Amino acid sequence: MNLTLRIWRQTGPEDKGRMVTYQVEDVSPDMSFLEMLDVLNERLTLAGEEPVAFDHDCREGICGMCGMMINGNAHGPQRGTTACQLHMRQFADGDTIDIEPWRARAFPVVKDLVVNRNAFDQIIAGGGFVTAPTGSAPEAHAAPVAKADADAAFESAACIGCGACVAACPNGSGMLFTAAKVTQLSLLPQGQPERYTRVIGMVDSHDDAGFGGCTNAGECTVVCPKGIPLHTIGRLNRDYLAATAKHTGRS
Amino acid sequence: MAVTGLVLVLFLVAHMLGNLKIFTGAEDFDHYAHWLRDLGTPLLPYGWYLWLQRGVLLVALAGHIWAATMLALRARSARPVRYAHRKKVQGSYAARTMRWGGVIIALFVIYHILDLTTGHLNPIGDPSRPQANVVADFAPERWYVTLFYTLAVVALGFHLRHGAYSALRSLGQQTPQGERRARSLALLFAVALSVGYLVVPFAVLLGLVR
Repeated sequence: MNLTLRIWRQTGPEDKGRMVTYQVEDVSPDMSFLEMLDVLNERLTLAGEEPVAFDHDCREGICGMCGMMINGNAHGPQRGTTACQLHMRQFADGDTIDIEPWRARAFPVVKDLVVNRNAFDQIIAGGGFVTAPTGSAPEAHAAPVAKADADAAFESAACIGCGACVAACPNGSGMLFTAAKVTQLSLLPQGQPERYTRVIGMVDSHDDAGFGGCTNAGECTVVCPKGIPLHTIGRLNRDYLAATAKHTGRS
Repeated sequence: MAVTGLVLVLFLVAHMLGNLKIFTGAEDFDHYAHWLRDLGTPLLPYGWYLWLQRGVLLVALAGHIWAATMLALRARSARPVRYAHRKKVQGSYAARTMRWGGVIIALFVIYHILDLTTGHLNPIGDPSRPQANVVADFAPERWYVTLFYTLAVVALGFHLRHGAYSALRSLGQQTPQGERRARSLALLFAVALSVGYLVVPFAVLLGLVR
């Protein structure tokens, strides 16, 4: 396959940045999207040009490092798939592919397609943890958890923090991430003591980090590679309402 | 957003049911309009109930617009650099038209008050004969009034479809079954309300109400 790529190039945080066009030839349909970029980068390196910077780590869809806007789709056209697990067979010979970094004030561009996602760490620092030492994985029957709760908590815990929800959100909101991180703890016994201070703290940190507000537009859940459902945000809302009613929030 | 929206929705339901009185005759409709002013007497002086209701609605509307403006401003500042290539709508179309739809509805409400409440833009504009005002308003030669009314009601339908669903979510709807129920409920409600509002001008246009 021969492809035309239009890639966002930005030398550093201060640079204005621009879309630059590249041609890549002889791309195998069995390559992953990142391997295709590797091919381009090897060619650029040999030609003495600066390779395209992009984040990646596990390349098996579980670490959440890779992530880029591919033709206006977070992680590309295939649903439930990270950019590293996207294969070139999803594209056709002669296609033009636009590649951009996540766009959000809370995710400033470091270089090219690499963004700083520290804002997610700030949200976790706002309460997304259990303070009491809980030791290693508990014995299965020590603290019974209803099957439905365990399933819903696990569904939320599948979030890899890639940032696609923020990238796709018309409001630049990180509420799907925040809701997933609230829910994975609020449904389990270990998360109960701090349940209501946690939700207030995390939503406050989310807002302080410069994310937009959620309007339930639902674009996030469509692009989420882990399929975190939109109603997870409803769980956050319910905890938030309960927390504000109880006045147990951070003062 | 959700709470102020629900107050406005309660009014929309009452207003629509009131409108439908036009099908039970001019006398009924006029009587209903005058009764609204008489409501609450003798406890309240004449017309006071209506002004109280208008006050509540105005507060709800102001809160609704304020919250929407805040969300829009936050959204704008949360994405300082726009995408060069962006998929238009991946979630719901209704959700993405909330802001402009809301502006259209607000402009319509201003026109609607000048038309059928104060009578300034109405061909008759006689407060003692509301039914005649409505019939004159939607006369076939004033097709543009009907067109604008229809556009505004369709915009309202879209606004309610996402608004009702989103309000339920904001108030803590949190299960997959609940989400399906909320979606159907919002759709049904939006369609019912839109149809309820649209039958009046079209009945006048087709000569079913004189």
